[in-house]
Parts: sequence; C-alpha cells; structure tokens
Amino acid sequence: MADLTSEFCGIKSPNPFWLASAPPTDKEYNVRRAFEAGWGGVVWKTLGEAGPPVVNVNGPRYGAIYGADRRLLGLNNIELITDRPLEVNLAEMTRVKKDYPDRALIASVMVPCDEKSWKDILPRIAETGCDGFELNFGCPHGMAERGMGSAVGQVPEYIEMVTRWCKEATGLPIIVKLTPNISNILLPAEAAKRGGADAVSLINTINSISSVNLDSFSPEPMIDGKGTHGGYCGPAVKPIAMNMVAEIARNPETRDLPISGIGGVTTWRDAAEFLALGAGNVQVCTAVMTYGFKVVEEMISGLSEYLDSKGMTSVAELSGKAVPNVTDWQYLNLNHVTKAVIDQDECISCGRCYAACEDTSHQAISMTADRVFEVMDDECVACNLCVNVCPIEGCITMKTLQPGDLDERTGKIVSSEASDWTKHPNNPSFVAAE
Amino acid sequence: MEPKMQSRERHSGIVAGRLTTDALAENFTDLHEPLADHEAQVAADRCYFCYDAPCMTACPTSIDIPMFIRQIVTGTPKAAAKTIFDQNILGGMCARVCPTETLCEEVCVREIAEGKPVEIGRLQRYATDTLMAETAHPYTRGEATGKTVAVVGAGPAGLSAAHRLAMLGHDVTLFDSREKLGGLNEFGIASYKSTDDFAQKEVDWLLSIGGIQVQSGQKLGKDITLDGLKSDFNAVFLSIGLGGVNNLRADGVDLDGVDDAVDFIAKLRQSDDLSTLPIGRNVVVIGGGMTAVDAAVQAKLLGAQNVTMAYRRGKDRMGASEYEQDLATSKGVNILYDAQPSAVLGEGSCSEVVFEYTAEVDGSLKGTGEMVHIVADQVLVAIGQTLLGAPEGLTIEGGKIAVDVFGKTTVENVWAGGDCASGGDDLTVTAVAEGRDAAMDIHAVLMGEG
Repeated sequence: MADLTSEFCGIKSPNPFWLASAPPTDKEYNVRRAFEAGWGGVVWKTLGEAGPPVVNVNGPRYGAIYGADRRLLGLNNIELITDRPLEVNLAEMTRVKKDYPDRALIASVMVPCDEKSWKDILPRIAETGCDGFELNFGCPHGMAERGMGSAVGQVPEYIEMVTRWCKEATGLPIIVKLTPNISNILLPAEAAKRGGADAVSLINTINSISSVNLDSFSPEPMIDGKGTHGGYCGPAVKPIAMNMVAEIARNPETRDLPISGIGGVTTWRDAAEFLALGAGNVQVCTAVMTYGFKVVEEMISGLSEYLDSKGMTSVAELSGKAVPNVTDWQYLNLNHVTKAVIDQDECISCGRCYAACEDTSHQAISMTADRVFEVMDDECVACNLCVNVCPIEGCITMKTLQPGDLDERTGKIVSSEASDWTKHPNNPSFVAAE
Repeated sequence: MEPKMQSRERHSGIVAGRLTTDALAENFTDLHEPLADHEAQVAADRCYFCYDAPCMTACPTSIDIPMFIRQIVTGTPKAAAKTIFDQNILGGMCARVCPTETLCEEVCVREIAEGKPVEIGRLQRYATDTLMAETAHPYTRGEATGKTVAVVGAGPAGLSAAHRLAMLGHDVTLFDSREKLGGLNEFGIASYKSTDDFAQKEVDWLLSIGGIQVQSGQKLGKDITLDGLKSDFNAVFLSIGLGGVNNLRADGVDLDGVDDAVDFIAKLRQSDDLSTLPIGRNVVVIGGGMTAVDAAVQAKLLGAQNVTMAYRRGKDRMGASEYEQDLATSKGVNILYDAQPSAVLGEGSCSEVVFEYTAEVDGSLKGTGEMVHIVADQVLVAIGQTLLGAPEGLTIEGGKIAVDVFGKTTVENVWAGGDCASGGDDLTVTAVAEGRDAAMDIHAVLMGEG
C-alpha cells in the first residue's frame, strides 16, 4: 500500500488532504470531527484582528449551480472571515492541536495591510502550536472592499511586502493564498516568492454571480432584494484552478515553490490530477460542504489504490509528474494526426455526434437511413467534439495515424518527424534554413 | 357500530363484494403514479436529445419528444405540453394508455443501451397534467370559415378530428351513439390506466376550444344517416369504431357466466361502486390482446381468486405486449399459452372450460389432442372486435372502411379514421393521428387547396 504521508513545505500530515479555510474549519467542534473522519490537515477559518469581529449577513450566504439530479456543481458564497472573537479561536486551536499533534493545523490570517498589524498577530497565533500560516490574499468579496483579501492579492507589490513582514515575524512556514481574479497568475506567485513565501495555495474563489432571480431581478443569494458578487468554488472551477497550478509549476521562476492545490477537488481523481500538475497537497471545501467530512475516506482509498496501480510508493512521486508535458500551443506536434473512430458495437445511435459535427464542426460524420453513424476520414480534423458529446464512454475514440499512413483529409503521408508551429512555413516568425 | 364486512373472497359463482371497498380502492389506483417535480427532472435529464430521434419516428402522432423533454428539463412543462398537444390533442390520455413499450420507449436509445428507456410516457403525463390543470384551454379557434363538418363517433379519432377542425375555424357537430363521449377512452380502457374520471375531464377540456356542437345519443343508421349528413354538412368524418365482437365458436358458449370482455370492461368503467360489481371466483379470459389483459387484470383486482388468460398461440404471437403480459402475471393472472377453447361445460351456468393444446404445423394452427380442464364460474371472451353498422356505399376492405393515406373514403366528402378505418394499428394514439390528419385533409379540400 502506498504511503500517503505528506510533507508540504516542512509541514507533515498523514495524508495530503487538507480542509481549506472556510466554514467547515470555523470552530473546534467541526475540526475535531474532521480529524476524526481522517482529514490530514486543516486550514482554520481566516482569523482577523483582535477586537470586535466582523459580522456576516443574516440572509442567505450561498448560491449554487446544479447539474443533473440537482448535483451541486458550483457554489458561490458571500461569507466573510471568522465572525467569532480571536481569543475564542486561538483557545480552540490550541486545544485541537494538542489533541491531534500528527495533523497539520494552519492558521489562515487576514489583517489590514500595515506592518504592525501583521507583525503583532502572527506571534500571538503561533502560541496555539499551529504548524504554519496561510495569508488570505484571495477572498474576493466583502473583505476586499476594506482593502484586504483579494485587494492585496491583486497587487503583486503588496503581496511581496506583506509576505516579507510575515517572514520577519515568524519562523513558521508561510503559505500565500492566491486569488484567481487577476490576468496572470504568475505575477502574484512570483511576488510571493520574492517576499520569501514557503509555498503558495490556489485558487481562492472566483468573482461570480451564481444566478439571477427572474422574479425579483436580483442576483442570488438575495438579501432583502439585492445581491452582490460572491466567490465561486466547487467542481465547476477545477479546470481554471488546474491551469493556474500548472502555470506556476512550470514557470522557471516559481517551479520550486510548493503548491497547495485548491479548486473543486471532489474525489481522489481530482486530487491526483492536481498533484500530477505540480501540487504538493490539496485543500478541499465544497465537497465536504456538499457531502460531509466522510468523503475523505474515498479520497484516501482511491489515491492509495491509484498510486499502487502505478507502482508509486508516495504522494511525492506523483507530484509534478505531468508538469513536463504541459507546454505551449506552439510546441504541439503538428505531424501527429488522429481520426475519430466510432465503435459500432458500442454505438447506441443517438446521433449526437452527427448533430455536433454536422451543425457545428466539419461535416465529417455520415448518417444512414437506419441510423448508422460513421466518420469520414477525408473530412475529419480530429477535433474531438464527437468524443466529448457522445454519451457512451469509449464508444468514440481517436485513432493515431502511423508514420507512412495517408491522411485522407490532407492527402499527405504522415511524417515520422515531429514538427510544430515554430518550424511551420506559415509562421511569419519562421525562417527556413538556407 | 356497523358489522364488520365479511370477505367474500371464497364464495363460488359470480358475486359482488369479494373485496372490501378499501382493498378495491387500493387495487384500482393509478397504475403509474404521476411523477413529482423532482422525479420528472431526473427522468427528463436522462434524455440524450437524439438527432432525428427514433422515439419521435416511432410515435404515430410524431410528437417532438426530445423537445418536450428538454422543455421539462428547463422548467417549462407547459411549453412541453404545448409541443405534445400540437401533434396530439389527446396527449394526456395517450400518456396513460399508449403501449410505449412497443412505440417510443421501445426504440429509445437508452432502452438499447441499458434496457431502461427514458420514461417518455410518464414525462408526457407530467407535462400534459400541468397544462390541463390550467383554467384556460391552450388553443383558440381560427377565423370562422363558414364550413360545417359532421364527426360521427366521439372516440379518440373523432375527438382529435373535431378539435383540429374547430381550431381551423370550421363549425363541427360531433355525434355519438352513447350519451357519454369518449369512445374507448371512456368505455374500453382499464380503470387503473385512466383514474379519477380523466377521460371525461379530457373530453370537457378538449371541447372547451368552442365550435363543437355535441349531439349525443345519435346512432348512425338509426337516428342519423350518412346521406342525411352528406347533404347537411360540407364534410363528414366517420370514426365509429368497432361496434361488434367476434363470437367464440365452442360448445357451451350460451351458458350463463360466459360474457363479453368488452362489456365487462365498459360496465367496470361506468361503475361508481366497484363493490357492487359481480365477479367470478374462478375466471377464464379467452384471448391474447390488450382487451384480454385489461379484463383479466381487472377481474383479479376485483377479487377473483384465480384468473387464467388463455391464448391459442405462443407468447411471442400475443397481441398484448410483453410488458402487458408481465403486468398481468404480476397481478396474479395465470397465462395459458398454446391452448384453444373446445367447450364450456356446466349445467345452466358454466363451471369449467376445456382447452386443447395447439401447435403450429406448416404455418397453420392444429390441436394436439391433449386437453386441459380449467375451473371457471365466469368466462370473459376477448377475441377481437368487428366493424358494425358501416353505412352502405362505402368500400369495405379487410373488415374495415377503406381509406387512402389522407383518410378519404371512396365516397366524396366522406373521410374515416380510427379503428373503423383501414390503415394503422387499433391504438388510441393511431386513432388520434388519423383524426388529426383527416381533419387537415378536410380543411384543405374545403378551403379549395386539396
């Protein structure tokens, strides 16, 4: 059995599954139950300054996007950082860490953007025995209006500055949590690194309006007839998060920066994908908010089985495995030719591939009167849309033409040499060898 | 305190009140409970929105099934119902009685892939029930054409034709020999498929479009004649159904207790207190069609202890679908295949039926000589219906009024559809399609476009 023990920027946990800073980690009661359920670590709900805590709205805080059978695909929230007094949180964190010394306990922090605020609070929080800090530069709603959260995370200079203050204030690892609400994720990641961050975690939630009430004409969640943008998370955001993780993992400036992957991790498979793209561990929130703490059992058994099946003995072995294969479009091999193939034994004749190809793609699928659908190799550009819309997994696949085969669409023989856009004669930047 | 009602389950002979009223109410409840909103969403979501969908092709009324299901998915069941009614104004009844297992659901790609089709029939009911619960009728009449059409027979074909003609602006007079409209929807369908007086409610809803004058209790050939109608109306549509039944040819068929299954079903449908309806303890139903299944199942539900449905050929040749056969056996009906009745025995009233087993030899059915006796205090005969009282002058073909693809008979300005006419299966949905299409052709002819 693969060893799931995880070491993330020096912080040890029995598995790479942490609960993200969010409602599930807001108090001792929940966190104890999460640890009992098997979670490897917890990032405590973001702590703010001492004194009167923030207040939350008293109407609905969440909005949702659904798939079939009301399966929750995306969640949007307008909740702020912890609304409980700092002293209460610190006392609870201290007790929990004492009782669960083998689990990671990270303090998420968000205080005003001045040196004193950060330098005062970190040592105080460190007394709880926590294993590290996560700087919340991501929260996109509410707190950002007060110059915190994503308001800091959107300005690389601020990230660098605050990170540096924090490193000066504590010897514990500093994880910088990044907001996706920016144009280029590398800028904040590089800033965090310059500031001395031990790791980054991403993504925080995405600015969003989850739905509009078409009777009252207000965004949801609606508070007394009005709504505001919230932070979007859940399975729907996973592709966005994975791209950002991969960009940081393959960027020369940041490739050695540990990454805690966050964004729609719902199953072991999601976690494995984040890990392969360079994450060192993952953080989970929406999945437990939907199904409860118990899902971690499936994540543990699934990842373990997967690692075994690949002959890998540790999480570290998987981490970053796919990074070398994430490249730019211009380096994709243009001499790699594939064609869609429909397995007639699997085909149920729904015709979705036909509708998609005929109406919106390359008119490369034929249909007979008795509903037999076949790919026309002389028209197929291998776009993959038929594979994507086919309801039967494995029914339509992509066949790779071998060197020497004829590509019926172009009339050319498939070359054995790889060649990409950088070497293509149509590329204005390409200069043929003299 | 009222004395506790004694169960008469084991009384011999044909007696009423075999079961308590509670048990009867339970037995005759909806065969398929209506889908709740969420169930409908989940069921609708299974539809793949097939290209040129096979279900739509299989539907005799060509309802755009993927479209109406998508409209359910998007939370607009009333728009879904409109999609259905545009093609089939009796979409509510068809949702209940269509043998979907041999039509749309049989060809559903998910039936092929998983053996579990999208529940098209139940989804259709969900949509149509939603719209029919509205007070306003969803269709309005077109500009008056000044043309008049007589529709004879207010079953599915006649109702469908009348509605379409009224919608197109013609003045329709709808005749029926019975006092109550609906035809087989009202008199011929198993109770558990059309509960809560749905057939009458549907007729009322359909007629509320306006422009349809009802003349009930008017029998063709007695109270009205085709010649009279032809001279009084611009066009005539005949949808008189099959009024006769095939008689069983076996000794003893005139014994008491040998009844016609069609009559039995009609009586049951019209009964407002099933505990007063007599039924045998040991019932034998002869026949292999839907009527036989409806009679057998309902006999069982009324409290008959043993019900045997006997069919002269094998399972695969049976008119009733496999689904209907399974329904019958699940309700406790015993199906005897490959057995033809040779005699009904009894003194005054029947006591048993003698069957001879059969085998197909060189394509024809032959008795094997092996006999089986089945105890029966009631025999219900369901071996087919026949055209009765077709007016003179019409061409009859294979026992039905001959029509072309538009429903035209060989007599000018006379159309026919439904079970009385040639072409198509004897199904409610086919009758609706024929009524609708004949109406469109009548319209084209009357407006000088045909």
